[in-house]
Amino acid sequence: MTGGVNSFQVSGYGPERAGWTRVFARDSLARRMDWPILLSALVLSLLGSLLVYSATRNRTELNQGDPYYFLVRHWLNTGIGIALMIGAIWLGHRALRTAVPLLYGASVFLILLVLTPLGSTINGAHSWIKLPGGFSLQPSEFVKITIILGMAMLLAARVDAGDKPYPDHRTVLQALGLAVVPMLIVMLMPDLGSVMVMVVIVLGVLLASGASNRWIFGLMSAGAIGAVTVWQIGVLDEYQINRFAAFANPELDPAGVGYNTNQARIAIGSGGLTGSGLFEGSQTTGQFVPEQQTDFVFTVAGEELGFVGGALIIALLGIILWRACRIARDTTDLYGTVVAAGIVAWFGFQAFENIGMTLGIMPVTGLPLPFVSYGGSSMFATWLAVGLLQSIKLQRPMSA
Amino acid sequence: MTNIPETGRNPRVQIRLVVIQVLVISLLGTLGGRLWYLQIREGDQYAKEASGNHVQQVVQPAVRGSILDARGVALADNETRLVVSASRTDLMKMKDDGKEVLSKLAAVLGMKPEEVEQKVRLCNAETPQPCWNGSPYQPIPITDEATPKQALQIRERAEDFPGITAEPQALRRYTSPGKANTAQVLGYLSPVTDEEIQKAQDTSSPYLRSDMVGRSGLERQYDKQLRGKAGVTRYEVDKLGRVLGQAEADPAQPGANLVTSIDSRVQRIAEYELNEAMKEARKQHDRNTNRTYEADSGAVVVMEAKTGRVVAMASNPTYDPNAWVGGISAKDYAALTGKDSNYPLLNRAIQGQSAPGSIFKVIPTAAAINAGYSFEGPYECSSSYSIGGQVFKNFESQSFGGISLGRALEVSCDTVFYRLSHEEWKRDGGNKPKKNAKDWFYKTSHQFGLGEETGIDLPNEVTGRVPDRQWKKDYWTANKDSWCKYGKKDGSYAEKIAYENCLEGNRLRAGDSVNYSIGQGDTLVTPIQMAAIYGALANGGTLYHPTVGKAVISPDGKAVEEIQPKAHGKLPMTKKTLAQIDEALEGVATRGTAAWRFGGWPQDEIPMHAKTGTAEVHGKQTTSWFATYTKDYSIVMTISQGGTGSGASGPAVRNIYNALYGVSPEGEIDKKKALLPTPQKTLPAVRTDGTIKAPKISKDPAKDRATPSPGATTPQDGPADPQQTGTTPSPENTNRDTRRRERRRGGGPRPGGGRARCNTHHRRTRTGTRRTTS
Repeated sequence: MTGGVNSFQVSGYGPERAGWTRVFARDSLARRMDWPILLSALVLSLLGSLLVYSATRNRTELNQGDPYYFLVRHWLNTGIGIALMIGAIWLGHRALRTAVPLLYGASVFLILLVLTPLGSTINGAHSWIKLPGGFSLQPSEFVKITIILGMAMLLAARVDAGDKPYPDHRTVLQALGLAVVPMLIVMLMPDLGSVMVMVVIVLGVLLASGASNRWIFGLMSAGAIGAVTVWQIGVLDEYQINRFAAFANPELDPAGVGYNTNQARIAIGSGGLTGSGLFEGSQTTGQFVPEQQTDFVFTVAGEELGFVGGALIIALLGIILWRACRIARDTTDLYGTVVAAGIVAWFGFQAFENIGMTLGIMPVTGLPLPFVSYGGSSMFATWLAVGLLQSIKLQRPMSA
Repeated sequence: MTNIPETGRNPRVQIRLVVIQVLVISLLGTLGGRLWYLQIREGDQYAKEASGNHVQQVVQPAVRGSILDARGVALADNETRLVVSASRTDLMKMKDDGKEVLSKLAAVLGMKPEEVEQKVRLCNAETPQPCWNGSPYQPIPITDEATPKQALQIRERAEDFPGITAEPQALRRYTSPGKANTAQVLGYLSPVTDEEIQKAQDTSSPYLRSDMVGRSGLERQYDKQLRGKAGVTRYEVDKLGRVLGQAEADPAQPGANLVTSIDSRVQRIAEYELNEAMKEARKQHDRNTNRTYEADSGAVVVMEAKTGRVVAMASNPTYDPNAWVGGISAKDYAALTGKDSNYPLLNRAIQGQSAPGSIFKVIPTAAAINAGYSFEGPYECSSSYSIGGQVFKNFESQSFGGISLGRALEVSCDTVFYRLSHEEWKRDGGNKPKKNAKDWFYKTSHQFGLGEETGIDLPNEVTGRVPDRQWKKDYWTANKDSWCKYGKKDGSYAEKIAYENCLEGNRLRAGDSVNYSIGQGDTLVTPIQMAAIYGALANGGTLYHPTVGKAVISPDGKAVEEIQPKAHGKLPMTKKTLAQIDEALEGVATRGTAAWRFGGWPQDEIPMHAKTGTAEVHGKQTTSWFATYTKDYSIVMTISQGGTGSGASGPAVRNIYNALYGVSPEGEIDKKKALLPTPQKTLPAVRTDGTIKAPKISKDPAKDRATPSPGATTPQDGPADPQQTGTTPSPENTNRDTRRRERRRGGGPRPGGGRARCNTHHRRTRTGTRRTTS
């Protein structure tokens, strides 16, 4: 089977028939797929579509008069995401490894494109590319994947080849360089939330790669110093400073900078144990929480489904992360381990940051909740990551 | 790649992967914990905040209850004005924010489109007036002077005017039925203050910014009952204020109607007679000051003797309470409260206090009996009484020799009371008062209810003053510093007084007791106190808390809460003494100081009792007091700087009695002309719809009763004004004033108005017929 995967060439020809058979053979691939991850991701996406629908059906200024506008699109995004996952399984993560330079180049090109007049600004962050048909692309989502894949490729190459037990300093430096370039570009947008996720991804990847402890602690200190520097030299926009200020002091200006967090907490808090019922939340119906279909989608769950619904989302994310950790530990090659760990770091931090900010324990940044938030780019990237996880699991010998 | 060893994983990576796993799970655990904290532990708090977030209240004003006289005639009711208002919520839903509708509306109302738009825009820092500074969910009034035609146009073409309403709304109106103004008794309303709005915000009856609150008189005293309860509709709204649904609705409850014991006809006559008496006094020459009397203010109280209910209460100068309606103008306000205004807002019947003069003498009479003196005496009525070189003259009478206390009352002999009071003062220790001084003369005053409020159901009543030992002490403590600073032994009169006061102002001196005995000196009373006392003399000795309110009738007429007269004490005298004083006061009216004012009075049918008083005020002309009673009524009148008791007030009081009992100037009783020969016992009848029946009232009862002297017959004397009969029977708390509106707006064909007019016409003829046959 590994041979089959290997036989695929970057040249761009279609996959061999054997790929199809593998995927649908009842006794082989389908059985060895990680069903908990797949089902959890699917349930989260469908639940997300309902929450997005609830948050947008009355927002005529957003849905152009069609209450189902966002629901249908969320389904469509999920469908495309699943297709991407299948594609990733089909190709296999190792095949993608050879394509990493190409993917990396493409994603860096896209984020550079965002900085040109082609890019557009949403909520203070210049991180979108408008596409015809009302779609928009957020390339930083894909950069997260390419950073994981690129760093994993560099870090694991010599180890997997059996040359060294751990990546050496030069390799680590190369990997860091690979990550820093797109991160700097994203920071210029400025999309601070994505940069934060990327920093955590880099840390996770390095940790899993077995790089020297000095790198880990060094980077963490560098990150802290960098954060203070960024704060001090005033690179941040006012809205970003305000978000942190509002986080530090939740009572600050509830009608202004603290409005988001305050209304989000009211929405969630009023949900109680079982919530007001789907589509019945007054905070949601009254549109008191801004960006509720995207970054603040968790507030819909909190208000309308209550603790039960909120905890379910956290639990489903927990299943995905738990299984992903298992995959990282069980896989035989460091490349797979590093990729899986990078995805864990990505999902884990992004979910924590996103839900944490609605609960008032993290500052507000523009990050989507994986699978649940409305947004094509995020949906595609997360499902692609699910595909990678499946692929890593599947490439293990049958005996495992 | 196939040669990757399955177990070749080095332990460092494995350990780190476990670390990552633990970290991730603990982060998720943190989220779960925080979620539990917010939703389960603090959930109630946030649920409350959420409901505050999205509920908006719209308040509908309650129609204020009417104030009626004893027969149901409205003294204060509500006038309906057609108010056109716009709902911002509805307008903002339109594509052009309602611009088109507003310009159409402007055309109908004959206003400029910009003018209308300005009225509905919301006030903020940048928006200058005119703008709307109330709640954006409240209908915004565009005009309150719409004609019925305009209102019809708007209502008939409702589809052209979405969000616009044209509805009658109630504004307070003081009707002055038959010219009975009753201003100070009714009081007035003024807009609610921010503070009051804040206070009432979270109560069940919140204020509107446009609300009016009773500030004085009955409007204030019975504000709670009259106001009713504003209707509150709670709407669920979204963040932008768009209405999502109606959450709750409490309909507005109109205020209750207040029936008073005032008889508007008697009230009119009291007001008229008081004013006439004051006008007359101003023509009289005052020998003491060598100029005409000022007659700057006055008051009269007509009280039911057996209940303490006030039938009429007039205070002069007066004002038109309608000046307050719809917000008082700065000019009007200055005219009512300025330094030169003579304060017409004061109800001098309860807020005016002055020395009572001789009408006080019933109190020292009772005090003397209680102190052990006999009624018969005889007591020496000399022309003057001296104490250590100080001479106290007999003011209204000359020397009468030895007389009884009764005769002393009749002829108002001061020296008899000087002597008695001085003697008592000496008995109590004189300048070295005993520890347990009896102080009969002062104690009795308190027992008569002086020096404290009568407890009438009107706000801000004053107490008057009994200048007893305690008061002297308190007053001296409060003022000695300035007295001692200002006083000079050989200075001017005022300086000498101050000097004396500084030295011994804390003591009750012989001169104080002498002055006090005839209601002079520091003694102060209010007309209502004296009316209550003379009423008690009439009813056998029971002192009542006077009342104006008689019943509170719920808007539907079903709940009638009567305000019962409350007695608070007995006059401190035996039946025998009471009878003796009663006889003496009858003597005053028949052969004493007031006799010349009651010439020809049918004394056998209606026994009249009276006491005159002429009080001296330092630096001013004398105060005229006249206190009287019959079996059913007590009437007390006072005119500041008006002259003598019988001289200035006598004819006016006689005229009021004439009206009450239907007595002609010659003393013949015509029962048909009697306005109120016995007090109104029953409450006005309530119709099934809650409205209250009211008799028709002539245009001016005072003019009706005017002596038919040559040329005095005025057209007003004829049958009552058709407009007035037209409003008979006037429903009090409904807004059916369209008839009046029509008249004011004049004719002109008007759809929908015809029926009402026919109706009016029909009623007019019917009442007219009834009059001629009865």
